[in-house]
Amino acid sequence: MINIDFDSLEQPTLFDSLASDVKYLDKPHFDLPPNSNPGDFLRETFAHPNAPKPLEFAHGTTTLAFVYSGGIVVAVDSKSTQGPYVASRSVKKVIEITPTLLGTMAGGAADCSFWERELGRRCRLYELRNKELISVAAASKILANIVYSYKGYGLSMGTMITGWDKTGPQLYYVDNDGTRLHGQRFSCGSGSTYAYGVLDSGFKWEMNDEEAYELGRRAVYHATHRDSYSGGAINVYHVQRNGWKKISSDDCFELYKKYYNIAPINKPTN
Amino acid sequence: MSIMAYNGGACIVMTGKNCVAIASDLRFGIQQQTISNDYPKVYRVNDKCFIGISGLVTDAQTLHQKIVFRHNLYKLREERDMSPKVVTNLIANMLYEKRFGPYFTEPLICGLEGPDNTPYISGMDLIGAQVQTDDFLVVGTMTPAMYGVCETLYKKDMNEDELFETISQCMLASLERDALSGWGAVVNIITPTKLITKKLIGRQD
Repeated sequence: MINIDFDSLEQPTLFDSLASDVKYLDKPHFDLPPNSNPGDFLRETFAHPNAPKPLEFAHGTTTLAFVYSGGIVVAVDSKSTQGPYVASRSVKKVIEITPTLLGTMAGGAADCSFWERELGRRCRLYELRNKELISVAAASKILANIVYSYKGYGLSMGTMITGWDKTGPQLYYVDNDGTRLHGQRFSCGSGSTYAYGVLDSGFKWEMNDEEAYELGRRAVYHATHRDSYSGGAINVYHVQRNGWKKISSDDCFELYKKYYNIAPINKPTN
Repeated sequence: MSIMAYNGGACIVMTGKNCVAIASDLRFGIQQQTISNDYPKVYRVNDKCFIGISGLVTDAQTLHQKIVFRHNLYKLREERDMSPKVVTNLIANMLYEKRFGPYFTEPLICGLEGPDNTPYISGMDLIGAQVQTDDFLVVGTMTPAMYGVCETLYKKDMNEDELFETISQCMLASLERDALSGWGAVVNIITPTKLITKKLIGRQD
């Protein structure tokens, strides 16, 4: 007797098509290139001489976050470049994941904003299911597990996840190759080395809030000065016991005039 | 990254009525790292001829030194300064001599030509293909943005004050869209009787 599989001839029922729609609601679903290794596929495609330039926004960045006696300060720049072209000076690189969690954006803007939004959704579901706030450790691990599951697919993100949970102020660094680090001070992006220089030399555990904001702002400011792919305005956030708060947004040019006491054009300096 | 964009930089020349202007940014960088923010790319050849050299700074310095050398020899032999047209032909020839291993620079020349001080501007590519216009020329790492503002703001027959305002606005506006140039600018206006040099404060990021 010949076994013939008639299943493939069956038309999909209404239930099937609804079920497949619902399936996509459960977790993100992506169309993949017809290739077993999407990372290699993308690399080869864009390496071709006739290939379009990959649209990688916000590659140059300075972001930083540090823990001190009063909580966590997060400071970021706001410039977005495509090669030497300045695409925007007003990008929001602090991503408000939930009212208690903050993330920062470095690397691919689309990757960071999409996955941190998805992280926000999962954190909210966790809170509804468990009737308590998610810990920063757990939230950052959700993100780290997501990006690890896409390892080799070409995701580009370097991010700090911060928040104040029942264990106190917490700061994690998560990047696209799956690294997840708990720490006291992190900086990320092309201007990070300059920012570390200012941050590490100016850091004290005991600071009042204004001192801490100014340290973060100054560290990012000096990074924007040296790193041509960072700049725009500097946004400062403060993570407090009952959630985060946006502190300030200062244009770099205004800070330059403030820090260096620059007189307006064509007026005598005295 | 292109070798022409290794150090960054931008330069504009413009003509007015009985005057010419040349402006450059002040950044000197190595790829994304800014080394100095006081590095003009404009060089004086003589009182009626200035050149701006964008591109690879090491080559720009060498080229400038060779131009000064040739200009000094010319002055000894001829007992007069080179006119901007002569400087243009000199540089074009010097660049073409290196046709198969070029200086990675794009020079702009501006000045006042002849006894009646006719405004003159010219430019060339890295192997000396000359271009002469009667309005403006731009070189640098963000020429699309520079052409945009220059086409918009330029008017014919501006006096020296209008020319200063226009070239300054063009420079500062186009630098806003360039990550590799900026950090302030310097503007030179050449007139038959005087030379005006001013520095402009620009964004430092």
